[in-house]
Amino acid sequence: MSTPILEMKSITKEFPGVKALDDVTFSVAKGEIHCLVGENGAGKSTLMKVLSGVHPYGSYTGEIFVEGELQKFNGIRDSEKAGIAIIYQELALVPELTVYENIFLGNEIRKGITIDWNETVKEAGEILQKVGLDVNPMTKVRTLGVGKQQLIEIAKALKKDVKILILDEPTAALNETDSDNLLNLIKGLKQQGVTCILISHKLREVLAIADTITVLRDGKTICTLDHSQDTVTEPVLIRNMVGRSIDNVFPRRKKIEVGDVVLELENWNAYSPALGRKVLKNVNIKVRSGEIVGVAGLMGSGRTELAKSIFGNPDGYQIEGSLKLRGMEHKFRDPHDAIKNEIAYVTEDRKGNGLILIQDVKQNITLANLGEIAKSGVINENEEIVIATDYQQSLNIKTPSIEQKVRNLSGGNQQKVSLGKWLFVKPGVMILDEPTRGIDVGAKYEIYTIMNSLVEKGMSIIMISSELPEVLGMSDRVYVMSAGMIKGELPIEEATQEKIMEMAIEY
Amino acid sequence: MAEETINQNKGSIISDITKLLKSNIGDYFMFIALVVIMIFFALTTDGVFISSRNISNLINQMGYIAVLAVGMTLVIIIRHIDLSVGYLAGFLGAFGAIALTFWGLPVLAVIPAVLILGILSGLLTSTPIAKLNVPAFVSTMAAGLIYRGALLTVTMGTGTIIINNKAFNNISNGYIPDIPDFGFLDNNHKITLLLGLVGIVLYIISAINSRKKKISYNFEVPSFFLFVLQLVLISAIIGYISWVLSGYNGISWSLVVVFLVVAVFQFVTTKTPLGRHIYAVGGNPEAAELSGISVSKITFIVFGAMGLLSALSGILYASRLQSATTTAGLGFETDAIAAAFVGGVSAAGGVGRITGSIVGALVMMSLTNGMNLMGIDISVQYIVRGAVLVLAVIVDMATRKK
Repeated sequence: MSTPILEMKSITKEFPGVKALDDVTFSVAKGEIHCLVGENGAGKSTLMKVLSGVHPYGSYTGEIFVEGELQKFNGIRDSEKAGIAIIYQELALVPELTVYENIFLGNEIRKGITIDWNETVKEAGEILQKVGLDVNPMTKVRTLGVGKQQLIEIAKALKKDVKILILDEPTAALNETDSDNLLNLIKGLKQQGVTCILISHKLREVLAIADTITVLRDGKTICTLDHSQDTVTEPVLIRNMVGRSIDNVFPRRKKIEVGDVVLELENWNAYSPALGRKVLKNVNIKVRSGEIVGVAGLMGSGRTELAKSIFGNPDGYQIEGSLKLRGMEHKFRDPHDAIKNEIAYVTEDRKGNGLILIQDVKQNITLANLGEIAKSGVINENEEIVIATDYQQSLNIKTPSIEQKVRNLSGGNQQKVSLGKWLFVKPGVMILDEPTRGIDVGAKYEIYTIMNSLVEKGMSIIMISSELPEVLGMSDRVYVMSAGMIKGELPIEEATQEKIMEMAIEY
Repeated sequence: MAEETINQNKGSIISDITKLLKSNIGDYFMFIALVVIMIFFALTTDGVFISSRNISNLINQMGYIAVLAVGMTLVIIIRHIDLSVGYLAGFLGAFGAIALTFWGLPVLAVIPAVLILGILSGLLTSTPIAKLNVPAFVSTMAAGLIYRGALLTVTMGTGTIIINNKAFNNISNGYIPDIPDFGFLDNNHKITLLLGLVGIVLYIISAINSRKKKISYNFEVPSFFLFVLQLVLISAIIGYISWVLSGYNGISWSLVVVFLVVAVFQFVTTKTPLGRHIYAVGGNPEAAELSGISVSKITFIVFGAMGLLSALSGILYASRLQSATTTAGLGFETDAIAAAFVGGVSAAGGVGRITGSIVGALVMMSLTNGMNLMGIDISVQYIVRGAVLVLAVIVDMATRKK
């Protein structure tokens, strides 16, 4: 066998108090697609940060070889020189700049001391073709969707004569079509001789694309599987990732009698002055107590807008139609008003608008319902500790203490803090927007279990999700949205991925 | 055997203390820096700096900046800035002077009127910020220009307005009364000492109560030894300060004002839902809004409070000078912002304490006062203060990272 293009030998990296990587060995053959899987906190990102020089040489022990040569990266610049490019989950594009400016940012084509814009635009066009993106290079990145932005990131990386392309959860924010496009592109790059390392939680995707799969758990390499030789299946991967087998990805729920209609929208329309268009058209939905109602649809189909329009309308839409809560007509002035009426909204973007990352676990949990722990206007901090500890235990939030800043928790645990925060407002209807985005299999299972126990107690859950297996596995009923409209309602017995997709792409 | 246990205890106490210091090093750092600065000036001025007279003077000098720093802390916590406070203070001070001198209104009517005007001005300044998302930098700078114009307008005819109202002038120059001498501690201000003693007793009672409550909840509390150590240390500090103050004229009225402002704002920020909401808006405005907190309401409240404190600052300054001048307020905002940053407020929002900013104000004022006593030229003073400001922020950021 020829020398691998990349070899990381006995990498150990310690942070104060934690061994993030423990003697990890990772080897990638030239021209392959190598997937790196593991639960959150398994050390995948740390390993990639060591590789890209974010954690410089000397801050870890072990050796990195690229094409047989020992490398001592002191920063991203060094690893880029060696032909390694990394694309993070959070996109690093400048929204106000054009596509071509973004592609050549930091790598401008010069003519003397100025930038040769004509040449730049021309080359940008060629690179865009390479990634199969059909947009005018002069458009501003801001106006493009996430899927296209992701492709521009890749175009940007390709510009830098990349040998090894690392993609960290590239499809986390993409819908199915965009995901497929991206995966096809990665396969195409392979043909062109680019080696890809792909970090992903979506095992289906991993199995569809990988030549080799390495599993990390607790900072250790568990195994490296050759997809062409070994029999690799989802259960095999999950067992290796979590160190135990999860029989079913979705926990069983006790069948309970579905109760009365709790929330009902009739002829619900919303116009967004900011966007200058209607975001919701004639929506009619019903939610009963004790059921999970799935809301499926592609990104931009109006799912999040629907949630926000119910939850006190913080974005200032002009709303028409009626909202009935337990049979009574309501109009919520603001989120505060909605919360008072027992509606909770766990946002899609927990870091962006869900949690206050610089505050600790307990402050985040109590924030939306401080009145509960305040006596004559003074917060009882002791009571706060008791409550936060309760939620920490019942939701199994893994944190050294409830005084830990939320910023330092893993994605799954942050999501549990979000859930705790909204459970503390004691809601009757809980809207969960992408409740398991970007979190690992084990934590997903726990969150599903929590959801089940909530509906068993009679709560209603509206679950917005882009992951069809999740929609099918958890919902009692599914609404499919497209272009701001409800395109159909499916009882769970009739719902299939194909039917949902058909409705979701209908215009 | 017995010796061993004692040694172990000692070891655990020392490790307790180091743990406590380590986890809170950022909080204590400026306090330690303040003590170092005070010792430095005490040595270089042969003790003049820490004399009762000078300390008392220092406190009276810093009152008008200290109250501004308190308000500025909140403004910076919610990710804004207020550049209008200096001229607002100047303008409202002049307004008060006119009301007292020319209109002959009583002090008890003038002061509330000025304070209310301050709140209204703060609300007005922040309307474009809260309602139209105009950057605070622009909105408050514009307001500052307007208030400067207003100050010049009201003082145009007269120039400097001399204030002859004794009660008003007493606010920044007077001291709380004392009981007559009775042959014991005649050289000291006895009420000041008594208040110091009351302060110590109240502090100890509240500390014991809070510890008891924690124990009743079965929470971990610091070891008894450490607790007593803390009681002794804080009591000693209160005792020492009241002793020093009693050696001159005792507690000044401006100290009373600053103390009340700090107490109220410290209470609101740390103990009430409103305080939590302010920190939440600073930490993540979108998340706060979706948690049912109205960001624009909080913005109005914070700027309203800033306006109130600007008015108070104007009163303290006019009272200190016993007059309203055409340049009153010049540069106040810079001093207040500097005090807040030295005190550990983060420009990124969501982080900062009232007490920190007061320590920050004390550091900056001590530098000015100490360097004046040493006879250092004003040009050098500016350079030193600038260097200390940036150094303090660098150190603060470094300790925060850990």
